[in-house]
Amino acid sequence: MEFLFYMGDVFTPLNFGLLLLGTIGGLILGATPGLSPTMTVALLIPFTFKLEPQQGLILLGAAYTSTVAGGAVSAILLKIPGAPANIATTLDGHTMAQKGDGAKALQVSFIASAIGGLFGVLLLIFLTPVLAKWALAFGPSELFWLAILGVTVIGTLDSSSVVKGLLSGCIGLWLATIGFDDIMGAQRFIFHSSLSGGINVIPALIGLFAIPQVIGMLAKGRKGNDAEIITVKRHPIGAAFREVFSRKRALSIGTAVGSIIGLIPGVGGQIAGLVAYDQSKKMSPDSAKFGTGHPEGVIAAESANNAMVGPSLVPLLTLSIPGSPTAAVLLGGLLIHGIFPGPTLFAQYPQVVWPFINSMLIGQILMCVFGLLIAGWAANVARVPPAVMAAIVLSLAVFGSYSVQHSMGDVYVMMSLGLSMFFLERFGFSAAPLVLGLILGPIAEANFIQGAMIANATVGQLTYFFTGWLNWLLIAIVVMSVGYSIWMELGQRRYTTKEDASV
Amino acid sequence: MSDLPRSQHIIASGLIAGVGLAVAYISFTQEPADAFVFPRLISSVFAALAIWTFVKAAMGRTKVGAGLSGLEMRNMLPGLGIALVYAFWAAKELGFYTATTITFFILLTIYDPAPHGAVSTWVKRVLITAGFMAVMYGLFAVLLNVFTPREIFS
Repeated sequence: MEFLFYMGDVFTPLNFGLLLLGTIGGLILGATPGLSPTMTVALLIPFTFKLEPQQGLILLGAAYTSTVAGGAVSAILLKIPGAPANIATTLDGHTMAQKGDGAKALQVSFIASAIGGLFGVLLLIFLTPVLAKWALAFGPSELFWLAILGVTVIGTLDSSSVVKGLLSGCIGLWLATIGFDDIMGAQRFIFHSSLSGGINVIPALIGLFAIPQVIGMLAKGRKGNDAEIITVKRHPIGAAFREVFSRKRALSIGTAVGSIIGLIPGVGGQIAGLVAYDQSKKMSPDSAKFGTGHPEGVIAAESANNAMVGPSLVPLLTLSIPGSPTAAVLLGGLLIHGIFPGPTLFAQYPQVVWPFINSMLIGQILMCVFGLLIAGWAANVARVPPAVMAAIVLSLAVFGSYSVQHSMGDVYVMMSLGLSMFFLERFGFSAAPLVLGLILGPIAEANFIQGAMIANATVGQLTYFFTGWLNWLLIAIVVMSVGYSIWMELGQRRYTTKEDASV
Repeated sequence: MSDLPRSQHIIASGLIAGVGLAVAYISFTQEPADAFVFPRLISSVFAALAIWTFVKAAMGRTKVGAGLSGLEMRNMLPGLGIALVYAFWAAKELGFYTATTITFFILLTIYDPAPHGAVSTWVKRVLITAGFMAVMYGLFAVLLNVFTPREIFS
């Protein structure tokens, strides 16, 4: 119950102000199609430099939580999911809005998001210290395999092609080796003076997540945002609460599915929402009503995508292995303040970590309150033309990258990586494994070298890296995730081939 | 798969295979060898996967990635050109605020669907640009104290 001791820190005027700012800003940005939670958090990092680590993390955490929930606004009122996590919400949410139940759909979605989110953060609170103690048993070989696991799992499960997902991860791991070698001090892959200090994670994250979005918006040409926003009628909030609590099955399924999926590295909110929706539909006696504007569809999807937020931070805070691209960006936010997550994080920085986690707990309630108040208005942000949005994001990306080290080299790196990522994405590659490779590369290398030294002095490298139950477990998960993804890909291909043959 | 994406896939995967092989070559030939132990491990997998992807693309078996259509390329090229000039030249040579103002206004003018003939459209564009720049100045210069190059005003 140590977290209760730090609860008061959330309510200092500055911390609470930042929490409010992050929550309201996140809701508005989340409602904007094209601005994903990952990109929003990446663009926000430069604004945390002047803040204390505790305050910076509170702002980033609030923005993360509320952008996920804010995405439901455009999903319901415009049928455009604000983020991939809100895809399942459009299925019933937009139909409800078309039937004149837009306000009810929004209220139900925010209440379900808050309940799912609260459960997810509680899981984070109670699971993280336990896992942190367990993580102390990890030596260099286990940490090496864990880093490789982080890259392979996200590379195989987050990508539409296993090979391209793994290749993206390899590119990220290679990018992480650019610069001076830590042990020998040798230069590695320094093709330009901008790379002499290696690739700074923050400009890289901004480039990889923001620039492809900018170019994507430009590729649409001279186009306005003519999406029709459905106006909402008033709906009593008490009735919305009764609606959510009368549908305990959907709420429980969504919350449970989201929490479990959040703990698995690489499986994002999009999967959580869709799996929860599918399971609720299968287990509901009213399954025929799903897709026709059934509140259970909204409740399951929204409780799931917010329930996964807290658990997705468990591997980050205990093992310094980010479980999702947004967690990877948050890791960047921690590193910029000189905080290295890991098993000793709670012992070393309780004054930073606990207020951050507590703020996510309070943030869920604020997100629900402000979501209900500003949802109808926030939908208008979606009307901003893509050209304006592209120009804003591009400028923020350039200023944000520069402000990290006051270096033009960071701007060049940001732009080059962003441009490359845009083309890579068009050919089936994915930013998530590349980012994980870039972030986990130094962890993997440091532990590989350290492990190799220990192994050479003791049992030999093969025995050191390939024996022990924890090594076996991690290797088995790596192999299983690759095998499962290949099996799924082959299955899909067989299905496609059969379809082709029948035409 | 149409011919355009197929040729695009071959070019893209060929470039990646080239990078993969170059990284592997450098990793296995550069000294001191101890500094390249991990890059050797990574580059071997990188090169193998990149070659595999290239061979699949050359055989026309690439299943994912829609490539870029001619329309998309035509749409994005002016904006992309401006963005590259902004980031790689103008921001440093003209100063961040001057370069951002010009870039923002040009992007808005090129991509805004509103008719160019109406005076109100231009007034709106100028007001949006000015408003945005005021916010950027407030955030970065006043709030965060980020000292950016201000070349033509320095």
